[in-house]
Amino acid sequence: MAYIELKNICKRFGDVQANDSMNLFINKGEIHALLGENGSGKSTLVNMLSGIYSPDSGQIFVNGEEVVFASPEEAIKRGIGMVHQHFKLAEVLTAKENIITGVKGSPFINHKKLTEQIYNIGKKYGLIINPDKKVYNMSVSEKQTVEILKVLYRGADVLILDEPTAVLTPQEIKNFFEILRNMKNEGCAIIIITHKLNEVMEISDKVTVLRKGKTINTVITKESNFQELTEMMVGRPISLAIERTQIPETDKKPLLEIKNLTVAGTDKLNALDKVSFALTTGEILGVAGIAGSGQKELCESIAGLCHAISGNILFKGEDIVGLNPRTIIRKGISMSFIPEDRLGMGLVGAMDIVDNMLLKSYQNKKGIFIDRKEGKDIAESIIEKFDINTPSVYHQVKKLSGGNIQKVLLGREINLQPQLLITAYPVRGLDIGASYNIYDALNEEKQKGVGILFIGEDLDVLLELSDRIMVLSHGKVMGIMNAADTNKEEIGMLMLGQDIAKGVAVC
Amino acid sequence: MLRVTKKPETSSGRRFLISILAVVAALLATSVIIFILGYNPLDIYWKMLEGATATPYRLKETINKAIPLVILSLGVGIAFRMKFWNIGAEGQYYMGAFAASFLALNYFNWPAYILLPAMFIAALVAGGIWCCIPAVLKARFGTNETLVTLMMNYIAISWITYLQHGPWKDPGQFGFPKIANFEKNAILPNLFGVHIGWVIALVLVVLVYILLRYTKLGYEISVLGESVTTARYAGINVTKVMLLAVFLSGGLCGATGMIQASAIESSLSYQMSGGLGFTAIITAWLARLNPFTIIIVSFLFSILLQGGTYLQGALQIPASIAGILQGSILFCILGSEFFTQYKVSWYKAKPKNKTENKAESQGGEA
Repeated sequence: MAYIELKNICKRFGDVQANDSMNLFINKGEIHALLGENGSGKSTLVNMLSGIYSPDSGQIFVNGEEVVFASPEEAIKRGIGMVHQHFKLAEVLTAKENIITGVKGSPFINHKKLTEQIYNIGKKYGLIINPDKKVYNMSVSEKQTVEILKVLYRGADVLILDEPTAVLTPQEIKNFFEILRNMKNEGCAIIIITHKLNEVMEISDKVTVLRKGKTINTVITKESNFQELTEMMVGRPISLAIERTQIPETDKKPLLEIKNLTVAGTDKLNALDKVSFALTTGEILGVAGIAGSGQKELCESIAGLCHAISGNILFKGEDIVGLNPRTIIRKGISMSFIPEDRLGMGLVGAMDIVDNMLLKSYQNKKGIFIDRKEGKDIAESIIEKFDINTPSVYHQVKKLSGGNIQKVLLGREINLQPQLLITAYPVRGLDIGASYNIYDALNEEKQKGVGILFIGEDLDVLLELSDRIMVLSHGKVMGIMNAADTNKEEIGMLMLGQDIAKGVAVC
Repeated sequence: MLRVTKKPETSSGRRFLISILAVVAALLATSVIIFILGYNPLDIYWKMLEGATATPYRLKETINKAIPLVILSLGVGIAFRMKFWNIGAEGQYYMGAFAASFLALNYFNWPAYILLPAMFIAALVAGGIWCCIPAVLKARFGTNETLVTLMMNYIAISWITYLQHGPWKDPGQFGFPKIANFEKNAILPNLFGVHIGWVIALVLVVLVYILLRYTKLGYEISVLGESVTTARYAGINVTKVMLLAVFLSGGLCGATGMIQASAIESSLSYQMSGGLGFTAIITAWLARLNPFTIIIVSFLFSILLQGGTYLQGALQIPASIAGILQGSILFCILGSEFFTQYKVSWYKAKPKNKTENKAESQGGEA
């Protein structure tokens, strides 16, 4: 008998059968991956285990005893805690204060004892944190550590992690997995939701694959492989290779040239320091780097949102430094920046798809009125082209799933027929099928002669998709290589800021 | 036990039903207070309704209260949609009334068809500028507009008080601090028995609806209300749009001041608003910033206001009962938001027969 058992769980939201008689069995001392595309019902299922939703039918057993959770509080009493994808922390409070928020007990805080408790829990699993650091001063991975500590402090021994690696860098992921292994060895059960296959293979003991609200199968990770899992997840065989379309050199023309671009950062260091590179038409230039190495500033300074201290940005020979965003959009430069929270920049969550289509194009029309007919046409065409799953064009964007939101954003940017497309993290949090749609779309744009600046996270993808790769570290260009002539290790070294004795230009 | 779960979506029909139930709850809660005060609640509610609608005169008084409320709500609504918290409708109203009165008192020899439009425009501009001051401070120095707009109310009211007791005091009033009455050509005419402000209010409702729904400016206001970063990214000139929208917001509140000074007071007084600028914040919010709903909500609130006045005047029952009712309605409506987002249901605490389930589960595993 498994420690946690979910049997025949059904849950319906309106017209959508999110969970259709799902089964899940989890043992202690096991890392169990839930693998599935967006909308396969992963989140709904674990939300029921953690007491956020209640199932329409079906049973949940903990240690053989049937339970009914009315709230997350009751779930945590039975040792089941969830770490959400979007952190739920009070920014102005310290780690310590966040950890004890909501815990019942004495109205007074014994700081010394508390610090010791947190330190002890942390030591046990390798979670290192300064309990007195304010959350707003923390990096993403530190915030995640606080979230995990919060759950552990409440005595959870079953941890549910919803896409925990989506916001972490490769190095942070490594550490994070080490922590998970420690927890497993201490006898915790860990349920990890993800759609990154390589992570599933690396960390999990068992995988349960979900598709369209149904549990397809549970397999032992070691006995399975990439291809098998993908097929179960997508429902059909799928090619995992990204094609790199070749454009004849003679067709390439200079498009963007950046010379010694310097942008001020928040502290004494410059966010971008004398960055120089060039991009031609029909080329994908990949940008690799640890999060916060200047990628955001690079995108924003080209788009006119961020002001350069010095240097030039030449677009088809014309310097665009100092122009306002509207003028730059009109010149055919398009940026789709997918921030960590997806909706922060680029889309208006409360508006429907039609209104979001108009966000940039409405200014080009004459008169004082807004033309929604045009927006509707664009919305319909991108819904078809990118296979966006939405009840109607008038559906609020924030109510779409993450993958569909990203498709709406990228679809609009491509529809503007830009000459230069800047895209940052376009597949962040997307499932395999959706990611490949996006890679295909980018390749299609490249063939049309669009120059693409692709800021990516996954080095494998960067290597396969880009023509050249530029590595940023602390705002400096560490090197620009042909993607065909380099490898992950080399890029990884450069990302960490280490020069390598090789004949590449280090600016 | 009670269980609370998050609801994915609420239909508009259900929302409406919930709002109605909230109003019923407010009536019930206020009934208890009325009962304690020694009156029959049903009787009081009926008298209020009677007092607000039963005779043509009373209905006219109710409409007279609804007109300024509609325009003020439209005004604050524009700013609210941009998430610019304009709490300064009261002050903008007085500055508008001040500008209109300045023309009415000094250029009373102009013909009405020039003087009245001039007063309207002057009021609009004055209210708009008054509202732009906090907006400029916000854009330049990042000040909090809620505080600044609120504080500027008191400056405006004190300014009118000063005028009334000082330079603008009418010598013909034998020392009584009152500003002179307007000449006839500075007073808005009547149409179907009510001053023409009702036509202005209805036209403004349509115009504001078109502005918000169909124009580029309205679109920009909505984008800005959602996210300033997105607006900048889309190439929207954030400061320009903000100032323009805030100018319109304050302008409408200022124009209300002109309508009230001209049609109701025929003069300027520092007490003439009766707190309508603050009530408008409530009505705009209850109407969910929808211009057409604002008409309905404002009218219902005017019934409350007029009904309260009637209770006090005709029956010597404190008008504060209407105030209590207003407060309870707001309280209940805001509270009912909870039910549009969450579902509350009863649930069984524990399965009845534990051992049986256990056996079943083991059987399932085997």
